[in-house]
Amino acid sequence: MIPAAFEYKRAASAEEALALLAEHGDEAKLLAGGHSLIPLMKYRLAAPSVLIDIGRLTDLSYVNDGGDHLAVGALTRHRDVEINDLVGAQAPLLAAATRHVGDPQVRHRGTLGGSLVHGDPASDLPSVMLAMGATMVVTGPNGPREIGADDFFTGFLETAVNEDELLTEIRVPKMPDAGYSFQKFNRRAQDWAIVGCAVVVNDGQAGVGLVNMDSRPVRAAAVEAAVASGASPSEAADAAAVDVDPPADLNATVEFRQHLARVLTRRGLEEATA
Amino acid sequence: MQVSIQVNGTDQSHDVEDRTLLVHFLREACGLTGTNIGCDSSSCGACTVHVNGEAVKSCTLLAAQIAGDDVTTIEGLADQARAAGTSTGDADWHPMQESFHQCHALQCGYCTPGMVMAAVSLLDEVPTPTEAEVREGLEGNLCRCTGYHNIVKAVLEASGGAQ
Ligand SMILES: Cc1cc2nc3c(=O)[nH]c(=O)nc-3n(C[C@H](O)[C@H](O)[C@H](O)COP(=O)(O)OP(=O)(O)OC[C@H]3O[C@@H](n4cnc5c(N)ncnc54)[C@H](O)[C@@H]3O)c2cc1C
Ligand code: FES
Ligand code: FES
Repeated sequence: MIPAAFEYKRAASAEEALALLAEHGDEAKLLAGGHSLIPLMKYRLAAPSVLIDIGRLTDLSYVNDGGDHLAVGALTRHRDVEINDLVGAQAPLLAAATRHVGDPQVRHRGTLGGSLVHGDPASDLPSVMLAMGATMVVTGPNGPREIGADDFFTGFLETAVNEDELLTEIRVPKMPDAGYSFQKFNRRAQDWAIVGCAVVVNDGQAGVGLVNMDSRPVRAAAVEAAVASGASPSEAADAAAVDVDPPADLNATVEFRQHLARVLTRRGLEEATA
Repeated sequence: MQVSIQVNGTDQSHDVEDRTLLVHFLREACGLTGTNIGCDSSSCGACTVHVNGEAVKSCTLLAAQIAGDDVTTIEGLADQARAAGTSTGDADWHPMQESFHQCHALQCGYCTPGMVMAAVSLLDEVPTPTEAEVREGLEGNLCRCTGYHNIVKAVLEASGGAQ
């Protein structure tokens, strides 16, 4: 399978990427690791006429200590997140979830930023951003702006990042002492989650993000509220499928997904509070 | 567009379409057909090569993305080991190739080039893996013949960590 023809341009800087976006408008797409976009283009589900490769913007590949948060460059590859000592110490949930993304070859190329902007409800890492309350920094013609995780994922394969904007940094609150758990149910190694959940519990407050339980990555707000009011993990997890609208597909019916969400959330809360 | 990639230590510069995938660049422009195409959809790992020493799926990368990088394919692996003084066995192969040979870690052989490349990259990152780490580390590579047992054995042997 070969993508439809396009013109390839490699951006040498974030400024150049923004200028190329401005020049080519909605004909253009940014290419980071390419591990979501190239498969879509091979299936001809996407056919941009210009590809702007930002994969070489190494100045956007970093993990820095930002005081109360970790600042992760959008072009940081999954593998680099996975083995980063700061991430391991300050945001171990992110490291744990990243280890579940695809396989080693995918993690050598795919980026955290690409995974978030792709906006796939079946992706693992958006759930971590929701659970931990991360902030995304995007920059565009009018300069940088910050978007909270709750406002970031707006629909199926849609985010709050505009077509003329670039995600540059992900700010993940430091939670060195929080309990955490990442749960992923799938049938085969390397697969996407049929259902998954990311859980952090800090000072009696839980953050719970769900994978593949709605048309966009969503938070399990009812579970979080139950934990805050003192419910046990199994009581709180009963609310995991409240107010969400899971898809049905070859892998699972709606009811099976609801069941999985309750079971995985209970396991996640138990592990995080053990 | 003109794309230049160092492949197995040789400069390969070819005029290809912008949309050319790395695997087609290797097989068609460079004539290096050791890298196989299995699923063509990022799942099976038959197309695994190294870019700057790391295993990647060459069906999911554009040649243009890799321009300026170093690529190693199965054809270049033994030479790389010879240069490093680590080649071994009657044929003077890379230790992983020799180990696959000794452990009979293949049947039809279709997955083998990708499997070997993925295994070499795995040992680079985890030099003495457990059996579980080998199985997880090769999760991006499918084999429809062997049931994986001899492949796992070969990787453990090559790591010096076999039971
Ligand atoms: C075989 C396989 C298995 C996988 N399994 C999993 C899995 O189990 N779980 C999982 O979560 N993911 C999985 N993935 C997806 C993987 O994590 C991708 O790397 C990731 O989703 C996209 O990151 P990327 O850097 O490759 O983005 P790209 O594919 O390059 O881009 C994705 C989208 O984001 C846009 N974009 C990228 N970066 C930016 C930016 N900085 N600013 C603005 N827009 C941007 C692009 O224009 C494009 O629309 C898998 C992929 C493959 C091929
Ligand atoms: S051919 Fe590339 S992963 Fe199967
Ligand atoms: S030996 Fe036949 S696919 Fe692996």
